[in-house]
Amino acid sequence: MLVLDIVSSILLFAGVFFGLTGAVGLFRFPDFFTRVHAASITDSIAVILIISGLLLQTAFDLNTAKLLFILLFLMITSPTASHALAKSARHGGLLTLGESKQQKQQMQQKEAGQ
Amino acid sequence: MAVLIDLVLLAMLAITALRVIFLKDLFAVVMLFGIYSLLSALIFINLDAVDVAFTEAAVGAGISTVLMLSTLALTGRTEKESRRSSVLPLLVVVATGAALIYGTLDMPPFGAADNPIHQHVAPRYIEESPKEVGMPNMVTSVLASYRGFDTFGETVVVFAAAIGVLSLLGVARRREEDGAPDSGLKESDLKESGFKGHKVLRVVAKLIIPLTILFALYVQFHGDFGPGGGFQAGVIVAAAFILYALVFSLSHALRVVSPKFLQVLASLGVLLYASVGIYSMLKGGNFLDYNKLAADPLAGQHYGIIIIELGVGITVFAVMLNIFYAFASQVERSNIK
Repeated sequence: MLVLDIVSSILLFAGVFFGLTGAVGLFRFPDFFTRVHAASITDSIAVILIISGLLLQTAFDLNTAKLLFILLFLMITSPTASHALAKSARHGGLLTLGESKQQKQQMQQKEAGQ
Repeated sequence: MAVLIDLVLLAMLAITALRVIFLKDLFAVVMLFGIYSLLSALIFINLDAVDVAFTEAAVGAGISTVLMLSTLALTGRTEKESRRSSVLPLLVVVATGAALIYGTLDMPPFGAADNPIHQHVAPRYIEESPKEVGMPNMVTSVLASYRGFDTFGETVVVFAAAIGVLSLLGVARRREEDGAPDSGLKESDLKESGFKGHKVLRVVAKLIIPLTILFALYVQFHGDFGPGGGFQAGVIVAAAFILYALVFSLSHALRVVSPKFLQVLASLGVLLYASVGIYSMLKGGNFLDYNKLAADPLAGQHYGIIIIELGVGITVFAVMLNIFYAFASQVERSNIK
């Protein structure tokens, strides 16, 4: 039992760490797409780690099944949400950092050429 | 520890509320309202009020966010700049707030066992409801049986809300004004809304929608044993259909569940609820006296609660989806113009 507790607390701490990383990234990253990337960490790897940590705390009963279902649904829905966000930003014409830099350079080159 | 969590959550609630006041971007305000509801749901969980938390998360954070977003699609997303001085309103608000805080000084200590609220009807519910109603979930016993008349009132309020919204916005019609036949939708109509290019969204939506409805049925019929019931289940089914309308276009959704059908459903739910009451009167009891529904009073209670919860679920589902239809079809109409 002790080993399970240790493993589960390691998983929980790792999950919390990734959750915090995502939150910090959400505030510190420079543009929309990198921020979506940071936010999607909180609902992918952090969720996997935290729920696996919780799974080890259950006694293989109904709660285990419920947690597994939650994990399954989060695994399906949250990457989809991130994908939909990024894709609609793309449709709206938002450029990534690199692309907007390139565009600026091209504009400057054109001006220099003229 | 629980107090600390409460304090943190309440502080976050206050920060969210302050942010809502000062933001001019209404889209962000709606998102913050969703966060506000989720935070209050967490506070309810911390208070062990799981049923209330479930309702708050489903209704407050889920469906009302969607409805407010569809309103924003009609009205635009920035708040109008107000030129009037806000000194007088501020004074009124400060005075009211001070009076309310002064009022809390008279309140009994938080969580004390001998508070009046714990002395009034709560002991009766806790001690007698397993014998009188026989539901493992006491909240459902109180909500559906002891306070059945109140819940009937709430259902009628939801129904009245639908009537109000529909009479203001008009019923979603399948563009009869264009002279198109009722059933024959043109292919061009189908391209108006929905995400044609979003393959991932469409696949995931197809996967999620049936499971969501299945979960809603579980919430509906498991409400006697665990947290859940008609209100949450109705909202969850409505959310599944709203997802369908968003991903596969509104006209598809109108073809699956038509607004006319929803109007019938909404009144059917209320009717189902009321007819249980009238049936129990015919059997010689009071209005909504479930004991008379069957020979065994406990079985009667069980039947009554299942039927009225079903009525609540049907009405809530139909009303929520119909309100969404009303907003969304208004948005489509204004897009075409």
